[in-house]
Amino acid sequence: MKIVVCIKEVPDSAATLVAEDGQASWGDAPLVINPWDEYAVEAALNQEGDVIALSIGGEDSKIALKHALAMGCKEAIQVSDDALSNMDTQATAKVLSAAIQKIGDVDMAFFGRQAIDGDAGLTPAQTARVLGWSALTLAVSIAVDGDTVKVERSIEEGRETVSAKLPAVFSLVKDYGEPRYPSFMGIRKASRAKIPAWDLAELGIEAPATTVEVVGIENPPKRDVRVEMIDGGSPAEIAEKLAERIMAEKIL
Amino acid sequence: MKIWVYIDHFKADAVSASWEAIGAAKALGGDVAAVVLGFGVENLANSAFEYGADEVLLGQDAALEDFRVENYATALSALASDATPDLLLFPTTSRGRELAGMVAMDLESGVLVDVVAMEMDGDKVLATRPIYAGKLLQKTVCNATPQIVTLRGRAFEKPEAESGRSGTLTQVQVTSGDEKSTVEGYAEAGGGVSLTDASVIVSGGRGTSNNPNLTAPDGMSEDEAEIWRAQQGFALIAELAETLGAAVGASRAAVDANYIPYANQVGQTGKVVSPDLYIANGISGAIQHLAGMRNSKVIVAINKDADAPIFKFARYGVVGDLHEIVPALNEAMKARLG
Ligand SMILES: Cc1cc2nc3c(=O)[nH]c(=O)nc-3n(C[C@H](O)[C@H](O)[C@H](O)COP(=O)(O)OP(=O)(O)OC[C@H]3O[C@@H](n4cnc5c(N)ncnc54)[C@H](O)[C@@H]3O)c2cc1C
Repeated sequence: MKIVVCIKEVPDSAATLVAEDGQASWGDAPLVINPWDEYAVEAALNQEGDVIALSIGGEDSKIALKHALAMGCKEAIQVSDDALSNMDTQATAKVLSAAIQKIGDVDMAFFGRQAIDGDAGLTPAQTARVLGWSALTLAVSIAVDGDTVKVERSIEEGRETVSAKLPAVFSLVKDYGEPRYPSFMGIRKASRAKIPAWDLAELGIEAPATTVEVVGIENPPKRDVRVEMIDGGSPAEIAEKLAERIMAEKIL
Repeated sequence: MKIWVYIDHFKADAVSASWEAIGAAKALGGDVAAVVLGFGVENLANSAFEYGADEVLLGQDAALEDFRVENYATALSALASDATPDLLLFPTTSRGRELAGMVAMDLESGVLVDVVAMEMDGDKVLATRPIYAGKLLQKTVCNATPQIVTLRGRAFEKPEAESGRSGTLTQVQVTSGDEKSTVEGYAEAGGGVSLTDASVIVSGGRGTSNNPNLTAPDGMSEDEAEIWRAQQGFALIAELAETLGAAVGASRAAVDANYIPYANQVGQTGKVVSPDLYIANGISGAIQHLAGMRNSKVIVAINKDADAPIFKFARYGVVGDLHEIVPALNEAMKARLG
């Protein structure tokens, strides 16, 4: 059985972002593998079978793919085509589905729960829909038994146990367990790896239409907060002053 | 404009953001129908009227008793392709987000997800959504019908329920038909106020373990003693939270050190919250933590270090030891709130 993990690169979570001419700019902050995708790679590597890392994008997507190889994925595939410059999650799901079908014989496809740039969190479920597979998202634990799988999912109200037939799509939450670090050998192997690039013709599809249009990107309004430091006296006196201020906000 | 609002619920208990979505739909103008799917969920139809829906589409089927997104998507997509609403609104919950996503694929549309503001631009909804954990705002539209939007909880005002208000109740046939997966059971989270719904949050960070006046019980390892000390700190935080009717939050450092479960984590890789009042105790204010709480109305920071970055985002700050200030604040608030 083959296992695919779908990943991408994002600006480091500590990057400062500013809107410049309607575009997001992160200055010289590094691009890294999306942090949630590291959990997806970890979960994929914990299954029986060869793990193939898959990413759509240009040269930068190799940052994520090489990280996945260094963590232990067997192969990496990049989907790259000039016609894919402007994608929404719907289009991404269609292209990933086509690539997963081309890989063939895939039983499990892993995703990060969301990417920390667009923060949409739609691609796992949408890819599952295109493939006609179950979406077993936000997984805390995954137990495969033959062609069935039992997944504990994290939802707002607590946890939910779902059983399903493979093939299926998975995304992970942090409770799954911390992702492994790339090994020294892994990093060496990844740096030498040749990553094949597929274009849309090789996938046998046209560029999917995008329905979601980004009209602009803006800096959030500056918060006009000036901190008032409460000091002087004993903890009880400080607490009294602070309690007065909180009450005066009329939110309780 | 024909607007449908999907009422998200867990076991027939509606998520409050569903009612906020009805309010948001009415503010846009047009005919507002609430869509209630499930089994044994008649009560939600009545509530939907009380919160302002003019019509309720009620689809009940034993196959919908448990929420499996595939079944619900099939049912909802069939209804929407028959009745052709112009706009579908969902609350951004884990269920609402994925349901919206699948329905968008079925109907060849697209989702504007986790939206915090909407306005009409002709017949299009111009939506504002935070990206990069709220470091930037994106303005976006959906160029297909139905337009599909999920709304962030607490970003839109919840309407006042008008008791006894009613409207047109339409029972609809639902087709479900995906037998690939089944829910086997639930383990509900232990009581307390949920973080995402909370109007007040009291949070603790790594500083909770830093109380040199406490001696851990004999026989504990270094790590165990640290966790034990932190739990004493979080107990103070929980007491204040109880007085304020608040939820308890935490930084990732506190979660990673096993002081408190991940479900309590606030931040970029935890929950994004926007309460009216956020009290951060022993939290430095790392950019990834700020990403999760910077939109709180009033932020109070209690930290030993006068240079902690959290003070730059706070309305009120106290430089001090949380183990002294938090219990004192609890007493002071108790005296005021009774
Ligand atoms: C990809 C990624 C994602 C991340 N996601 C998140 C996230 O979702 N949420 C999150 O919170 N972090 C996240 N982080 C981690 C973040 O960078 C910080 O490490 C973390 O927020 C620090 O937590 P802290 O403030 O509790 O600890 P510290 O930074 O160690 O701060 C502890 C604070 O407590 C104060 N203090 C100590 N003792 C006392 C005392 N007795 N009384 C009062 N104050 C005291 C100190 O002065 C200090 O300011 C993420 C990091 C990465 C790389």
